[in-house]
Amino acid sequence: MTRKIAFLAGHPAMTYVPHTEDDVRSMLATIGAMSIDDLFIEIPDDLKLKGELNIPDQMDEHQLLGHLRMLSERNLDLSRVACFLGAGMYDRYIPASIGAVISRGEFLTSYTPYQPEVSQGYLQTIYEFQTGIAELYGCEIANASMYDGPTSLAEAAIMGASLQKSNRIAVSACVHPHYREVIHTYCWALGMEVVEMPERDGATDWNAEIGEVGAVVAQYPNFFGVIEDLKAVREAADPAGAKMVVSADPTACGILPPPGSFGADIVTGEGQPLGIPMGFGGPVLGLFACKREYARFIPGRIVGRAKDAQGRLGYTMTLRTREQDIRREKATSNICTNEALMALASTVYMAAVGKNGIRSVAESSVRNAQYTIDQLEKAGAKRKYPNQKVFCEFVVDLGRPAGPVRDALLDRGVLAGLPLGEVDPRRENELLVAVTEVRTKEQIDSFATAMKEVLAR
Amino acid sequence: MITKTQEPLIFEKSVSGRIGCNLPVADTPEVDLSEAVGPVRKEVVWPEIGELDMLRHFTNLSRINYGIEVGFYPLGSCTMKYNPKINERTAGLSGFTNTHPMQPEATAKGFLEVYASCMDILRELTGFDEITMQPVAGAHGEMTCLMIIKAYHESHGEGEKRKYVLCPDSAHGTNPASAARCGYDVKTIPTGADGNTDIAALKAMLNDEVAAFMVTNPSTLGLFEPNISEICRLVHEVGGQVFCDGANMNAMVGTTRPGDHGFDCMHLNLHKTFSTPHGGGGPGCGAIGLKSHLEPFIPGPAIKRGEDGEPYLDRNRPLSVGRVSGFFGQSLMAVRALTYLLAYGKQGMSAISRYSVLNANYVKARLKGVLPAAHDRPCMHECVLTAKEYKKLGVRALDLSKRLIDYGFHPPTNYFPLIVPEAFMIEPTETETKETLDKFCDALIAICEEARSEPDKLHDAPFTAIVGRLDEAAAVKNLDVRWTPASTADVAG
Repeated sequence: MTRKIAFLAGHPAMTYVPHTEDDVRSMLATIGAMSIDDLFIEIPDDLKLKGELNIPDQMDEHQLLGHLRMLSERNLDLSRVACFLGAGMYDRYIPASIGAVISRGEFLTSYTPYQPEVSQGYLQTIYEFQTGIAELYGCEIANASMYDGPTSLAEAAIMGASLQKSNRIAVSACVHPHYREVIHTYCWALGMEVVEMPERDGATDWNAEIGEVGAVVAQYPNFFGVIEDLKAVREAADPAGAKMVVSADPTACGILPPPGSFGADIVTGEGQPLGIPMGFGGPVLGLFACKREYARFIPGRIVGRAKDAQGRLGYTMTLRTREQDIRREKATSNICTNEALMALASTVYMAAVGKNGIRSVAESSVRNAQYTIDQLEKAGAKRKYPNQKVFCEFVVDLGRPAGPVRDALLDRGVLAGLPLGEVDPRRENELLVAVTEVRTKEQIDSFATAMKEVLAR
Repeated sequence: MITKTQEPLIFEKSVSGRIGCNLPVADTPEVDLSEAVGPVRKEVVWPEIGELDMLRHFTNLSRINYGIEVGFYPLGSCTMKYNPKINERTAGLSGFTNTHPMQPEATAKGFLEVYASCMDILRELTGFDEITMQPVAGAHGEMTCLMIIKAYHESHGEGEKRKYVLCPDSAHGTNPASAARCGYDVKTIPTGADGNTDIAALKAMLNDEVAAFMVTNPSTLGLFEPNISEICRLVHEVGGQVFCDGANMNAMVGTTRPGDHGFDCMHLNLHKTFSTPHGGGGPGCGAIGLKSHLEPFIPGPAIKRGEDGEPYLDRNRPLSVGRVSGFFGQSLMAVRALTYLLAYGKQGMSAISRYSVLNANYVKARLKGVLPAAHDRPCMHECVLTAKEYKKLGVRALDLSKRLIDYGFHPPTNYFPLIVPEAFMIEPTETETKETLDKFCDALIAICEEARSEPDKLHDAPFTAIVGRLDEAAAVKNLDVRWTPASTADVAG
């Protein structure tokens, strides 16, 4: 059999399209067509593409790898510096086992488990994921899954308000600015009103007057790293007639009392710290957990256990009548394809680090953050909000614009954090610093030394 | 273990004191935890298991899961094509995985170039003026398009007036659901007996209250809409916008461009058309294409090329609908898609549509005697067949599908589109050989024979899977969506 294909005459064979000339001839005969062109007869001629596409030439595998490697090298690879940048994406250790599991073709190349009989493996991991996330957040149930932290929080706020038949939500000013932007976008499209609860000393003023709202939205720890008083959130939500919605850092919940223990109605989060690379922001993972009584109102997929006719236990997607393919415009959300593979990565993370590992990761982060606070203060970076407790992230005031300081430190191999002026012009001198379990004492000491030098200039 | 068996839950394998990874531990001084963070929780009940047994757990679970690399996966509307391994290799490069979305822009030029290159190629393939890749899934892309349309109408002072979105009765459920999430009321346009949009019905529904018409082209019937330019013209005449659901872009790549059909915007599923893996239900990647009049409203920050050709972040977007996701989109998926696009390049791109359409028509022709097409027309990249004649024998489309599992195939999509009785929607994709298609068709012909000779048997299929059909009604009634120590005891009892 000849491997040459007419369209590729003069070019290397294309492995993704396995047809030989003999195949094409025989298939066309079965169809009763003279040529492949004949199969496109229903496309009006004036809509058919004429001439050559203005796109790059075909590359072989070796060329592809070289080209993409060249592009990758135009990024600063953060494994080559000491990374103290967080702000919602964290440089945490990713166990080697995760890549091994999620690259297995049986998982990687499957799709939504519409046919449970041939999807039991994936469905079981999703059930395990739901169990692990519900436990971590102190909630009764969890779904699997949402796109990312911000969209998950927006969906939760809208769901909370809808449960209360309200058109207004109150969002803390200490919620990550990107999260607030996404909430605004989603709420604008639905004609919902968003009111802001102000910041005071790095935390939210939960006594602020908000009137009647359907949801009160907090972040835990908040954007500035401060551990919010979730008891006060519950106390603010109740008289306002609102559901309590919290976006929580999953790693922080390895050591802090989980939002569910404060009576949070819905807890969401960014799952990236649970075994997912930062990857320039995606793909990541939206976490979503809540009270069991809301099960019929939650967005996205949920997997439940069931039995077959022989009494064998199995797993299947359940509460499907909430979903878009069945309920269409009356669905609880439009979400269809979600972040299943990233949820699997997080499930393997949960299994790999386990009960003791998540505690160890959280504790190491606290130790490293406390040490960094001390060293940076000695270097002349003034801690902002010193009266507040933090988990692994905090704000320092540099007394001068933080952007150029960050740039100067980067020349010394330290990515110092996020200059807050990039998200709020009033905070030009402030730097948001994150310290995870992978930072070493040596890296922190170098950071402090470099900071001292730069600030002395 | 060489036979496939069910696995206990990972929680049920937990033994106190084990751990599945040698984790880094801080070498900084110890601190008083409650002094540092306040109250501390007692524990997180996550499993405790060694690394080898943990890997065996997931490996064994993978063995009772079906993916494209296991076998043929003709799930209609989902484009289950081969996901090239080179894509995984490029997306795994450290300069991509270890990049933070808020690191200085000047240190992320490689990623901006990946996005900009992807956008250049997608612009040329779709015929649109602008591409944005911030939406992170197909439905998210649809919703973003509708948000942009909403902002466009508002900018003309017509936000209040235009309150309806039209969807065909054959539309994916995400279309009406996305419209509802943008505050629109949905009206349904019927499909004519020939499988095309009922133009008379459309005309009757068109007025200046229509914000948009959402059209899937080729339709979910697997048919190209020959009147698409006329449809777009009619909607534009009343000031509405036309959105193209790009789920079926695989039929058009390199052959025809939705931007040339008259559409104002569309979404693309990079995990369908451009081979990023489906991952068991995501991550997706919902790039969208738009004509220039909608460009001011795209989510910010926008990735643009400067006059020197260098990509940069345009943060000055006063008319933008705002962010629709946390950062720039599914960046590592953009790496995979770009790798794939360059693997085909200008010389090979049209092979995607040509061979996917050839494969679908071949399957349709081979099955004609047992499962006729819902519409007797050349199909595009998928064929929608009907199993209605077996219903008289008491055999449903789902029964035939479940029996395919015993023959080693993943079932096609059933009961969609909703307007075809006993629908059997088969999308073979261009990456399958004639031999595979023949084996699949032979199996389906044999199953249809079984349906005639022993119809009752098929109700209990599959027979060879790890479990049979599950009682889904009971699963809803006795909702069990997480494990607790008590539930292990319950199941055992």
